[in-house]
Amino acid sequence: MVDVEVSLRVDGTDHRLTVDTRTSVLDALRERLGNTSPKKGCDHGQCGACTVLLDGRRVNSCLALAVAHDGATVVTAAGLAPAGQLHPMQACFIRHDAFQCGYCTPGQIVSAVAMLAEAAAGWPSAVTADGAGRGGGAVVLDDDEIRERMSGNLCRCAAYANIVPAVAEMARR
Amino acid sequence: MRPFRYERANDVSGAVALLAGTPNGAFLGGGTNLVDLMRLDVARPELLVDVRRLTSDRIEELPDGRVRVGAAVPNSDLAADPLIRARYPAVSEALLSGASGQLRNLATTGGNLLQRTRCVYFQNVSTPCNKRDPGAGCSAIDGHHWDLAILGASEACVATHPSDLAVALVALDAVVLTEGADGERRIPITELHRLPDREPHRDTILQHGELITAVELPPLPWATRSRYRKVRDRASYAFALVSAVVVLDTADGVVRDVRIGLGGVAHRPWRALVAEQALRGGPATEERFRQAAEAELAAARPLPGNAFKVRLARNTLVRTLLDVNEGRR
Amino acid sequence: MTITPRAMGVAVDRFDGAAKVRGEARYAYEQPVDRPLYLYPLTAAVATGRIADIDCGAASAEPGVVAVLTYRNATRTAAIEDGELRILQSDEVAFRGQFIGGVVAETSEIARHAVSLVRVDYEERPHDVELREGRGDLRVPREVQPIFPMDTAEGDVDAALASAPVRVDQTYTTAWNNHNPIEPHTTIATWTGDRFTFYLSTQGVNGIQAAVAALFELGPDRVRVISPYVGGAFGSKARPHADVVLAALAARLVPDRPVKFALTRQQMFSQVGYRPPTVQRVRLGADAGGRLVALAHESIEPTSKLQEFAEHSTRATPTMYAAPNRRTRQRLAALDVPTPTIMRAPGEASGMFALESAMDEMAIACGLDPIEFRIRNDAQRHPHFGLPFSSRNLVACLREGARRFGWDGRDPTPGIRRTAGWLVGTGVAAATYPVLRLPGSMATIRVGPDERYTVLIAAADIGTGTWTALSQVAADALGVRVEQIDLRIGDTAYPKASNEGGSSGITSWGSAICEAADRLRDELARHGGAVPADGLEVTAAMPENPHISRYAMHAFGAQFAEVRVHAEIGEVRVRRQLGVFAVGRVVNPKTARSQLLGGMTMGLSMALHEQSVFDPRFAQVVTQDLATYHIASNADVGAVEVHWIDEDDPYVNPMGTKGVGEIGIVGAAAAIANAVHHATGVRVRDLPITLDKLLPAA
Repeated sequence: MVDVEVSLRVDGTDHRLTVDTRTSVLDALRERLGNTSPKKGCDHGQCGACTVLLDGRRVNSCLALAVAHDGATVVTAAGLAPAGQLHPMQACFIRHDAFQCGYCTPGQIVSAVAMLAEAAAGWPSAVTADGAGRGGGAVVLDDDEIRERMSGNLCRCAAYANIVPAVAEMARR
Repeated sequence: MRPFRYERANDVSGAVALLAGTPNGAFLGGGTNLVDLMRLDVARPELLVDVRRLTSDRIEELPDGRVRVGAAVPNSDLAADPLIRARYPAVSEALLSGASGQLRNLATTGGNLLQRTRCVYFQNVSTPCNKRDPGAGCSAIDGHHWDLAILGASEACVATHPSDLAVALVALDAVVLTEGADGERRIPITELHRLPDREPHRDTILQHGELITAVELPPLPWATRSRYRKVRDRASYAFALVSAVVVLDTADGVVRDVRIGLGGVAHRPWRALVAEQALRGGPATEERFRQAAEAELAAARPLPGNAFKVRLARNTLVRTLLDVNEGRR
Repeated sequence: MTITPRAMGVAVDRFDGAAKVRGEARYAYEQPVDRPLYLYPLTAAVATGRIADIDCGAASAEPGVVAVLTYRNATRTAAIEDGELRILQSDEVAFRGQFIGGVVAETSEIARHAVSLVRVDYEERPHDVELREGRGDLRVPREVQPIFPMDTAEGDVDAALASAPVRVDQTYTTAWNNHNPIEPHTTIATWTGDRFTFYLSTQGVNGIQAAVAALFELGPDRVRVISPYVGGAFGSKARPHADVVLAALAARLVPDRPVKFALTRQQMFSQVGYRPPTVQRVRLGADAGGRLVALAHESIEPTSKLQEFAEHSTRATPTMYAAPNRRTRQRLAALDVPTPTIMRAPGEASGMFALESAMDEMAIACGLDPIEFRIRNDAQRHPHFGLPFSSRNLVACLREGARRFGWDGRDPTPGIRRTAGWLVGTGVAAATYPVLRLPGSMATIRVGPDERYTVLIAAADIGTGTWTALSQVAADALGVRVEQIDLRIGDTAYPKASNEGGSSGITSWGSAICEAADRLRDELARHGGAVPADGLEVTAAMPENPHISRYAMHAFGAQFAEVRVHAEIGEVRVRRQLGVFAVGRVVNPKTARSQLLGGMTMGLSMALHEQSVFDPRFAQVVTQDLATYHIASNADVGAVEVHWIDEDDPYVNPMGTKGVGEIGIVGAAAAIANAVHHATGVRVRDLPITLDKLLPAA
């Protein structure tokens, strides 16, 4: 066991903690800092339930070693809105019943929020029409764009057909 | 996961020096494959040298028209880069067809090329695997064949290389820049990855402690006419069953030049030189495309459980040639 | 007696929504506990044999390791019937991956690494893991649902088949499927003094309590099981599995310290059951008018030597169609494999793939539209039991679905519709699922002078919307507003409840709540209609339903799909799914729709993707992660429409509900397979429908 000290800013609060070099950002959040908003579904980047914003980008926190992200800023679904309030994306998910068991949901929501920013920045996807967004303009998110860009978040309850309109409603705003 | 030490260096040569003294050590980039394999106990480094901040994370155009991509450039940045999208659309398409938005944010350009196979027996330490444990035997040859190679395999290993990016890069004759204990090297990417022969534990020709620092794309004006087509078990977020990249230059219905890569078919990203040769100077017709694909795949030696991949690779390549030729995406 | 719907029928946002979207709903493994320890399991590396030696020296010496658990130091447990739960009681290994020990350590990283340091030597025995039709040891399963016999027979099937002018005789196979809820099976187990406390992800806290109490020979009052939120289940969390026992055994070694145990995704493929693969032969005979004269459906499946389970694939068949000569037959082979279990619509999901594919083939053979063919063969009374249906609206579902889907004018010719390189086709299939009620539920209702009603029942919400829908039921049972209801579930401290499973939750728990509400009204009347200052409390059990012996009770549905198949590459995309269901009263249209929609998409996933590849050499599923066991991703799912027809069934239960959790998956795979045939002319009878089966031969 090799222990190291790291700093993480999580949902607006700074933390200093000692972790095993083997500890993932996900386990640091869940087991050390008590933030269980990001979920562990596969621990191998194959489901997306652990998605957080790491220095502003959506990532699978299960594959990020805490030691390698010393000093990073992390935002989980619990930090998207102040305590007791909902981010508009979260309200859309409730309105469209875009989840059932809720276990993949925080990851879906963080992913969706980041994905809208990616599209706004002109990032293409595998289904983006030629050239769209290339000049730095936003990519228009139709249903197929949302489906593709949200495919890194598996939902076994299979709420996909509700997730897409929930995200689309936010995308239209 | 075995316990390991974690180190950072001030620069690339420092990182190379750190690893040189530790035979059982590894560079850590985005970690999307290495951490995955360490958790499975497939990779067991005792030292990780973090290189994520050491190599360049920039994409720059050189005076002679080459485009240099720093090894630390995340896959998502490379895919979204306006220069890459304009000049080498197949590179962007290959990246976007791989993994997920989250993984592409973590994964680096250098690391993408060094992904290890997704062969289920390699990933499972309770089944023998020559790649993981030289001499242990290959469980895959008489096992589950779905994802395995049809070209260039050996009796020791029938695994495939999982990278989409690498397939696009071999077609574009990219060059990989490295730095190791013996200094810097420029390696044509077509020579980076190996066929398994008797040493399947060696995926590439890189020496221990040799670090990829950048990838260079040569100027190729007609690479604007390129496409990456990926076939997989579901519509997204899956490794390639077969993929094809086509870069095509035609004039008056004749193929002036062409570059072709195939993915999911071999231990390395497959440059289809036979098909290219068959096409150059000939008419750009479906019949010729089909003949060229069949010429390339004449060397295929599928396993009983993946014989369909020969037809699949052929049809995918023909379809991609047709689409590029006809200007369809 | 039925209750008047006021809250029922209203689309209400799920009550646990805000907690879930923020990620603040704490699932079992996330419960705050003091000084937890972490358990990682040691699993058998051979399929059958015995452990010759275990060397735990290196693992025990690892800093941070608190205990190493093996059969040598494990608590002796009672010899209960369920062999799956009898772990660490001897040196025997019954299947590869079986738990044979574990390490308990201060962190999860230490525990997992220390397990890799344990050296185990085995005396291996040859294993028997392959299901084949010609096996001499195929046997009839014991009855799991006594009201549905494993084998049925009526008339002379062979003679009727022989003389039928139109015949279909085909074999269909379905794949080994794993549930793979995104939340793996998780437990926090604490042994304190003389009792266990579990936080656990389960479909039924009482089943876990009973199993642990029996194994450790404790009174049930000394086993508390709390299951606050459940991150998906689909059947894998219905019966107790060995993970619970391993956590309990570990907790016994470290009294007073909570032991946290989460299965890895890889372990989920061998520890918590699966839908067994099936080989099904369907034979249909029809007369010239397109009426079935004979129907035979036979299925063989594997089970484990440890514990019998039958995926009753032929169960739905005697409910569906009115053929005078019928036979269903179910056979099992017991193998050296992990134990299969119920998975969403067990029996119907696999069986109706076969039957409804065969019905499509027969419709084509008869030259009839597949909807018209099904309508002609619709049963008026239950073909096997001879009982009238409490309500049967299969035909209405088919007609309504055809109208909404735009079925009219469909050209049945396969392989002729092409758009931009893709072949397009449409398909239909029928669905059914029985109205099940599981015994043993009780409910307590307390009311105070503030007119707030606390409803206690150890039920589960596995994502189904129980919190919301059961509150709506309680409100109507009591004749109050849903805001007055405070429903508490998921804890053995509350009156016991049957498992969440078989779409039986609302029927079983709701009936108990309705009974308690009646009693509460009586109590109130005794108090002059006013709630006394110290409140009132009543407890009641689910009553018998006298109609059960008089009516056959089933939900029905019609599934439609539109697919595109790439003409050269064989990729399949489902652009559109549409389902119309007759499921009695819909308590919460919002959450019910999600359940049906989720079932339909899981059916798509079953049709196109899901397949655990079992390697007989290693006796192991080798596609044991979510990168190789594919489930549908967002991009695989197109437009999904869910509808239901109004159905007023006064016999099923006081709510008039039939259950919605299972039926969404039933028939979905067949509708897609039938659409693939319509698109391409290729009949795929083996799931999943992978592109190799559709790749042009030339």
